Amino acid sequence: MRHPLVRALFGTKLNAAITLLMLAAFALVLPPLFRWAIGTAVWNAPNRAGCEAADTGACWAFIRARLALFFYGIYPVDQRWRVDAGLVVLVVIGTGALFARRHRGLWLLALAVLIPVIDGILLVGGIFGLELVPTGQWGGLMLNVVISFVALGGSIPLGIALAFGRRSKYPVIRYGSIAMIEFWRGVPLLAVLFMGLILLPLFLPNGVNIDNLVRALVVLTLFTSAYMAEIVRGGLQGVQSGQPEAALALGMHTAQVQLLVVLPQALRLSIPGFINIAVDLFKDTTLVSIVGLFDLMGVVNQSLKDTAWTGLAAEGYTFAALVFFFACLIISLGGSVLERHFAIAPGSTKH
Amino acid sequence: MTVPALLLRAGRLALTVGVAIVTTAAIAHAQLAPPPGPTAENIKKRGALACGVDTGVPGFAAQDNTGKWKGLDIDYCRAIAAAVLGDPDKVRYTPTTAAARFTVLQAGEIDVLIRDSTLTFTRSNQLGLDEVAVNFYAGQGFLVRKSIGVQKAAELQGATICMITGATLELNIADFARSTGAKIGSLLFEKPEEAIAAMEAGRCDGYSDDSGSLAGMRSTLKNPSEWIIMPELISKEPLGIHARSGDPRWQKILFWLDTALKTAEEFGITQANADELRKTSKNPFILRLLGAEGDTGKQLGLDSDWAFRAIKATGNYGEIYDRHFGPNALNLPRGLNNLYNNGGMHYTLPFR
Repeated sequence: MRHPLVRALFGTKLNAAITLLMLAAFALVLPPLFRWAIGTAVWNAPNRAGCEAADTGACWAFIRARLALFFYGIYPVDQRWRVDAGLVVLVVIGTGALFARRHRGLWLLALAVLIPVIDGILLVGGIFGLELVPTGQWGGLMLNVVISFVALGGSIPLGIALAFGRRSKYPVIRYGSIAMIEFWRGVPLLAVLFMGLILLPLFLPNGVNIDNLVRALVVLTLFTSAYMAEIVRGGLQGVQSGQPEAALALGMHTAQVQLLVVLPQALRLSIPGFINIAVDLFKDTTLVSIVGLFDLMGVVNQSLKDTAWTGLAAEGYTFAALVFFFACLIISLGGSVLERHFAIAPGSTKH
Repeated sequence: MTVPALLLRAGRLALTVGVAIVTTAAIAHAQLAPPPGPTAENIKKRGALACGVDTGVPGFAAQDNTGKWKGLDIDYCRAIAAAVLGDPDKVRYTPTTAAARFTVLQAGEIDVLIRDSTLTFTRSNQLGLDEVAVNFYAGQGFLVRKSIGVQKAAELQGATICMITGATLELNIADFARSTGAKIGSLLFEKPEEAIAAMEAGRCDGYSDDSGSLAGMRSTLKNPSEWIIMPELISKEPLGIHARSGDPRWQKILFWLDTALKTAEEFGITQANADELRKTSKNPFILRLLGAEGDTGKQLGLDSDWAFRAIKATGNYGEIYDRHFGPNALNLPRGLNNLYNNGGMHYTLPFR
């Protein structure tokens, strides 16, 4: 009973029993899992039959053979450097925005303005001598990242506008915002994705096509902005009433009070909610595979249908789960860095 | 009445009227869609065939490791592109889900739908689509454990069958059980992989699906030899080519292209010998088909080599079938998909 860990695990009879039970469960589950995932796994095989000839464990050769497809979809092979370059831009500016000691405002501005422009040009192409890559060829994890980024980037300003709208003293704006928020929060995402895909073409004149990806982006942005709005509203309510009163007393306009005093404090309070939404949104992007876009999940599902690899569902879904876990972990860690940075005591002169 | 309440009421009214207008417009639009311009001209202008395919089903449409589409339906898209545009690679594949496939075709986003879709009365008459040709005769069948010792579907008395949700499969089994007096239990799953896993784990005695999919699923089993696909099919699922109503000239191209691929098999024209036969053959049917004689192409609004190019691109129907369902692929006996002179259903209209 010396070490605190020993005390925690075996301190009382009940704790000891629970510990032993858990150990027994691990002993039962982990060895077969290890044997399947690593011990008897096959890393090199041309197809499923090759895997089975070699061993009966996991067929990771399947993942290796289709790794590029999982990350890029059917983006043309000789153009994939553009996706890589776009990712580098995202990572550099994202890291800058998270960790920069000075000019963080500029970094954030770059995140909001430069990335959409640079990555948009890189991925879509069609100018500056870059070959045009139609969105039908986008896919895999790249699609999840693009959709998450656009939907998140679009929904933050929209959500802030809706949150203010909901507090507006003008009934038209107030009820309009409430209707918008409640509609998008009230309908299942899947239903609106289907509506965008199936109903929209019926309203549009023949021959007018809206890109499938654009439809999904619009739907996801609107959907997310409703949740954003409620989080920002929570933040706005959390700002002490003394703050705007003091600002008004100093002679600021209403708009100045809201934008310069209330909003920054509200946004700081909203950061945990934002991160929650970002993680949620990233996972929700897998739903687009149901409307015929091949995100990572869609490509995995699709790959299970290739006659060379049919039926390797366990491997495919394990891989997808791991990728999503690590991606969401990155978002969470980034979020906690932001939180820590903005958790400066009010009144501090540090910037 | 307060202003907000008034606004709320006005808003509600506006919403009701709006929904009504939009719904009416949608229905009117769906029913009275004006005939689209000549599809073939659009394809030539665009330089690519927009082909609606499945999002992934073994043998019909799936991507290989490099993301290239492969399958029986894909080969049909390639053959059409070869005939119309002269290049089998000029195809823009649009993967469509079961729910969206017909809307996408109605809305003109694709030129043709070749997506293991059954041709039915309802689709023909309610959806404004036309069934052009059957490229695969499927039917609902059973994959069962050998050890239960059943030879015919009618002997499945008391067996439990795993399948995916979707009313048709269940309905067919219920109808079949009622007509034969057998009691067949069913266990439903969302995805074929789950159903197959449950079956291998012994939760049910077999799996039921379209015959084409059964072959694909059997190839995923741990011990395929312990399972048999029963020869009987309990439903008719003629899978084939759907096109929008209103462009008969485009449909003629699709219909005769399908006929050309099957006729090529009938006369022994293959990807390998098409060049030679065009020069050396004495058979007028072969010469007409390959464009060495007659003007089949001109009558369809294409050039004289249309069928020749299609055969060169994908091979004849038998070659396409073997590539994806033959012994080296999914190993599904041709059965109904043989030509009529081999005991199958594919009977083509003559080229004259």
